[in-house]
Amino acid sequence: MSLPSISAASPNSAASPRSSSSLPGAIPLEVTSLVKRFGQVTAVDGLSLELNSGECLGLLGPNGAGKSTLIRAIVGRVLPDAGSVSIFGSPAGTSEARAALGWVPQELALYPRLTCRENLSAFGRYYGLSGGKLAESVAWCLEWAALKERAGDLASTLSGGMKRRLNMAAGILHRPRIVLMDEPTVGVDPQSRNRIFEMIEALRGQGAAIIYTTHYMEEAERLCDRVAIIDHGRIIAQGASGELVQSAFAQRSQVLARFAGPPGEIEAWVERHAGRLTEGVAEFTLEDSKLITGLLNDAASAGLHLIDVTLRRPNLESVFLHLTGRELRD
Amino acid sequence: MITPILRTALISLRRDRAALALSFILPIGFFSIFAVIFGGMHDTTPRVKVILVDEDKSTASLNLARALQGEDSLIVQTRPSSKSKSDPPQPEYTATSAEAAVKAGDAPVALIIPQGYGLHPISFGGDQAGKEIQLLNDSSDQIAPQMVAGLLQKAVMTSMPTAMAEEGVKRFDQYIGGYTPEQRKRIDASMNQWRQHEKDSPAPASASNSGGGLVAVHARSVVGENKRSPMISFYAASIGVMFLLFTASASAGALLDEAESGTLDRVLSSHVTMTTLLTGKLAYNTLLAFAQLTAMFLWGSAVFKLDLSTHIPGFMVMGLCTAFAVAAFGMLLASVCKTRAQLGAISTLLILTMSAIGGSMFPRFMMPEAMQKAGLFTINAWAIDGFTKVFWRDLPVKDLWPQVSVLLAAGILLFLIARRIARRWEFA
Repeated sequence: MSLPSISAASPNSAASPRSSSSLPGAIPLEVTSLVKRFGQVTAVDGLSLELNSGECLGLLGPNGAGKSTLIRAIVGRVLPDAGSVSIFGSPAGTSEARAALGWVPQELALYPRLTCRENLSAFGRYYGLSGGKLAESVAWCLEWAALKERAGDLASTLSGGMKRRLNMAAGILHRPRIVLMDEPTVGVDPQSRNRIFEMIEALRGQGAAIIYTTHYMEEAERLCDRVAIIDHGRIIAQGASGELVQSAFAQRSQVLARFAGPPGEIEAWVERHAGRLTEGVAEFTLEDSKLITGLLNDAASAGLHLIDVTLRRPNLESVFLHLTGRELRD
Repeated sequence: MITPILRTALISLRRDRAALALSFILPIGFFSIFAVIFGGMHDTTPRVKVILVDEDKSTASLNLARALQGEDSLIVQTRPSSKSKSDPPQPEYTATSAEAAVKAGDAPVALIIPQGYGLHPISFGGDQAGKEIQLLNDSSDQIAPQMVAGLLQKAVMTSMPTAMAEEGVKRFDQYIGGYTPEQRKRIDASMNQWRQHEKDSPAPASASNSGGGLVAVHARSVVGENKRSPMISFYAASIGVMFLLFTASASAGALLDEAESGTLDRVLSSHVTMTTLLTGKLAYNTLLAFAQLTAMFLWGSAVFKLDLSTHIPGFMVMGLCTAFAVAAFGMLLASVCKTRAQLGAISTLLILTMSAIGGSMFPRFMMPEAMQKAGLFTINAWAIDGFTKVFWRDLPVKDLWPQVSVLLAAGILLFLIARRIARRWEFA
């Protein structure tokens, strides 16, 4: 299915991000030393970041790391205790900032008893669209989200993937220059996920700057120019995916292996090679991939029987787990 | 295995405050309300207000008035109440002003003792020789005229024993063809003793209700006498308001659904402010409530011959004011509650209580005075009073100002409180 392109649209088309009043040369999004506390809990702890025009920034972090609070502070739904959020030079929550932002919340924030078209029209009106411009935007969004055929169906009757796409469409209907997506692919099948990726890539192609929150590392690697890993309300690493891997692991490789044998022997072997054992899988980081031979020989000497072994280059998930640890957060 | 199941259910109930309230507080609350109204728990039994016009001013009529004023269950008024204590007393009621007062709903019953009544105060049923006492009543209250008629007979019997005896002696004289001189002499002596006794006695003592029609009374409905279906407008208003309250709170609960689904957050991140959002929902809920009322009255008109067509201005005014107040009440409930379940429990509790006290379940005139006053704190009472003025008393729209003012003021106040409480959704 082809996506609507900018060139196919009219000069006043709904397909390109709408211009809104902003300070000349202002950075699209600038978060400075943001602090937000909920009682004794500090959800965001002095966090700063910038988002440039046309850039897609991935926000990664364990549950409760502060991602959603950050997003809600950007859209003006959370009042910070300290620090500031500036959208094209306007503080968060102002009408200029609201016009420039599009928010796709993690929840399916739709009216279930309204049709797809009615949902989009309602949210379009909330953003001040009306008349021909509203109709044009709704038509474009339906096509963008591949929901043209289901325009007259109630939102409650759509499949999970369709609801997700409609949820996204409702957030970008007013053609914002910055789009905040909070885990837009939760609970969808691979086909719908691919479609959502295409939608996001089309949006990027039109010049929108995007903040993309996800728990799926491969999504961040595919979609994002830059990734920020957040934990305990702070950015603990940021940069391009490759840079983060290089920075965390350099030329090191990872070995994942499963062995059969006495549990005590397996634990001792893992400890000897500074690895860690998680759910029966032994994980090691090797300075040189050639060192795998010694590792496996030592296992054999200890009377362990190899079931399977994987040698891989570390990826974003390796970096994430390396930086945030493996302990459960909630 | 039964014990763990029982234990789990009990723990769940204990932690579900809404269910707990529904299970215990609601029935106890209702039991108490009904007990107060019907159980005579309080010594403030309902007293019937009666307007008394004595056109005769004879000994018999004065005695009768004195006896009626001595009845604990009657509030006898011979003149309208002064607006303040410093104002001079109002002139006494006349037959015309008493009828107007009953029509206006100031009292459910008026008694007119006509001129010449004292000549033949006792009728012994059927006898039309004397002048009849006029009993004017508002037929929306079926109890008050019956009660007053009964107490009137009692008052006659206890306040005028001499007149009764004299009348009896006269009748007996006619039936037997005349007393002998000796008999006449003895009767006169007895009658003199009776008269002396009556003069010396204070207010009449309690006596049982004879119910035998000792005094001729002509009862006439002065309100609702020409209505085709007398009580339909009352029930349409009273039941209507109760269900309007339920609908409004359920409809306002959409706010809670939207908060839970994240839609509210999304809407508030657009150009829509909380005030705009709540005002929009108030407008919707007002229109919904008004549409419900209209449907109910149209049904009443089509099926039960409720006279809607000649009362459209009054219906529009009362309908819109009631709908506004009810919608604001729903908005307040939704903003106070945290979940749908909580809203369901609290609204059921409040609405049923308001409906019971406010007259949606049974007319307020049946309630003790204290309860009637408590009813004035409910939307139901003011709405029902207003609709009664329109459909029952045929009063013009300008006479609805007390009900309109109270309902509008209540609506505005409730909405402002709702707006204040809704701040919790605005920012974290």
